[in-house]
Amino acid sequence: MTALDTAPPGQAPPVTTPRPRGRRPRVAPFVGIAVAALIAEIVPRTGVIADGVLPPLSSVVAELVSEAGEATLWQALGRTLRTWAIGLTAAVVAGVAAGLLIGLVPVLRAVTASTVEFLRPIPSVALIPAVILIFGTDFESGVVLIVYAGFWQVLVQVLYGIQDVDPVTYDTARSYRFGLRARVLHVVWPTTLPFVFTGIRLAASVALVLAITGELVIGTPGIGQLISVAQSSGATTRMFALVLLTGLLGTLVNVGFRYAERAALGWHPSVRRSENAR
Amino acid sequence: MTEMVTVKGLNKVYESTGRRVEAIGDITFAVARGEFACIVGPSGAGKTTLLKCLAGLLAPTAGEVRIDGTPVTGPPPGMAVVFQEYGRSLFPWKTVRQNIDLPLRQKKLPRDRREKLVTESLAAVGLADAGDSYSWQLSGGMQQRVAIARAIAYEPQVLLMDEPFAAVDAQTRADLEDLVRSLWRSLGITTLFVTHDIDEAVYLGERVLVLSASPTHVLDDVRIGLPADRDQVTSRSTPEFAALRARVHRGIQDAKAGRRGTGAAA
Ligand SMILES: Nc1ncnc2c1ncn2[C@@H]1O[C@H](COP(=O)(O)OP(=O)(O)OP(=O)(O)O)[C@@H](O)[C@H]1O
Ligand SMILES: [Mg+2]
Repeated sequence: MTALDTAPPGQAPPVTTPRPRGRRPRVAPFVGIAVAALIAEIVPRTGVIADGVLPPLSSVVAELVSEAGEATLWQALGRTLRTWAIGLTAAVVAGVAAGLLIGLVPVLRAVTASTVEFLRPIPSVALIPAVILIFGTDFESGVVLIVYAGFWQVLVQVLYGIQDVDPVTYDTARSYRFGLRARVLHVVWPTTLPFVFTGIRLAASVALVLAITGELVIGTPGIGQLISVAQSSGATTRMFALVLLTGLLGTLVNVGFRYAERAALGWHPSVRRSENAR
Repeated sequence: MTEMVTVKGLNKVYESTGRRVEAIGDITFAVARGEFACIVGPSGAGKTTLLKCLAGLLAPTAGEVRIDGTPVTGPPPGMAVVFQEYGRSLFPWKTVRQNIDLPLRQKKLPRDRREKLVTESLAAVGLADAGDSYSWQLSGGMQQRVAIARAIAYEPQVLLMDEPFAAVDAQTRADLEDLVRSLWRSLGITTLFVTHDIDEAVYLGERVLVLSASPTHVLDDVRIGLPADRDQVTSRSTPEFAALRARVHRGIQDAKAGRRGTGAAA
């Protein structure tokens, strides 16, 4: 877990003062973006790489802006996001449920350890042919790929989280005769939550990659399919405009989940712990 | 007097891959209902291990533990434990009040009763204003007092405390000692109190059990014949106090030197 903004602990209670946010203007990231944009603008114009195929950034951006006025793009975007959201939700729900079950039952943990280690590294894309065979070429195929890949991300994080439960805290709950439900609710789940967030964030990125890969390879309607069509019809600028869009989408997803994580866990000890690491 | 805590032939061996630690050799003792017993012994003697066996958190390797006549197989009802690692025993995602309230909820007490118990116990440990803080916003000594407040709010029949005053200053320590004693006197809670501090053991207890170094057994069982009304200044300066202190001290020295004591139960 990365260091997030929280109040410095160790002060006398009650701590209510709002903490000042860093006012330092952050220039470095924008310098990086500007340099990258400059290269993307200049290199295609020099014709050093694949003469004529690579459009300069300005025309790619212009193309994207004009595409934004068309319904086709928004429809495709909606489809891609639908696949992504359904797959991600299913993966998170299944991963959390399975993770809690496996993590809390030592026998299950021992039995599944080797299976998890074997199934987890299988790249989802390697399953595309099998998925087409079983589920056809509809968007469900993309969903299945996403669930498969996302499930492991979340499951593994939940298992890490359960291992992180403090034995003293757990013993305390036991000695005060917390039932299983109360132990999970008040001890296991709060400890696991930051790990769950990490799992969701990882799964969300993977899910986006797979949503587009599925469309590219299987031909399910969506941004990926548009890219593939643009490429085969020689609309290079359009193709790159769509690629740029997927990049923006990925960034948005990542930033969005980071923000949600920060908002939800600002109070969490794991956040605090990483702040005053001993 | 009936026996509240009965330990018979208790033996505990920790076994992990390639390592075998006999933490408790053979411990036998009994604590009567309503008695205040202190347990002293060198570091690593197995005091925490003993408390965990009493609390039903660890299964003994051999021997038997009974609470109020019932063999312990899991955490028994009506028992509160103040852990040595008090900081880690508080729920960091809960406020101080919620920390104290949560065990009471497990007892299914009505809401107003719980509120009353939480407020009273916080006041008793001098933290009336800290209820809405999170435990990690408190100092070590304050956290320890929250753990103590949680235990007394639970209204246990048996109270196990594992070096509960290790992290507080001398004045707070004296206050907490008197608090624990007055609670014990007014509520009649059977109390087992682990400490390193001989003075504290003699001042608090009606009885002091001296444990040997591991593999642990009971070296000495000293009855503290001081009057029930104790005072930090006068009680500690009586010749009786000095004599008892010296006796327990010798017991500990013997333990450190590895001499096997009489193992007598007085
Ligand atoms: N979970 C464990 N696994 C293996 N060995 C353990 C475990 N817990 C304790 N021990 C060992 O058992 C012995 C007794 O430990 P214990 O914590 O009960 O001592 P203690 O009397 O409470 O010491 P202290 O006064 O320092 O708290 C020690 O040698 C310790 O290394
Ligand atoms: Mg200990």
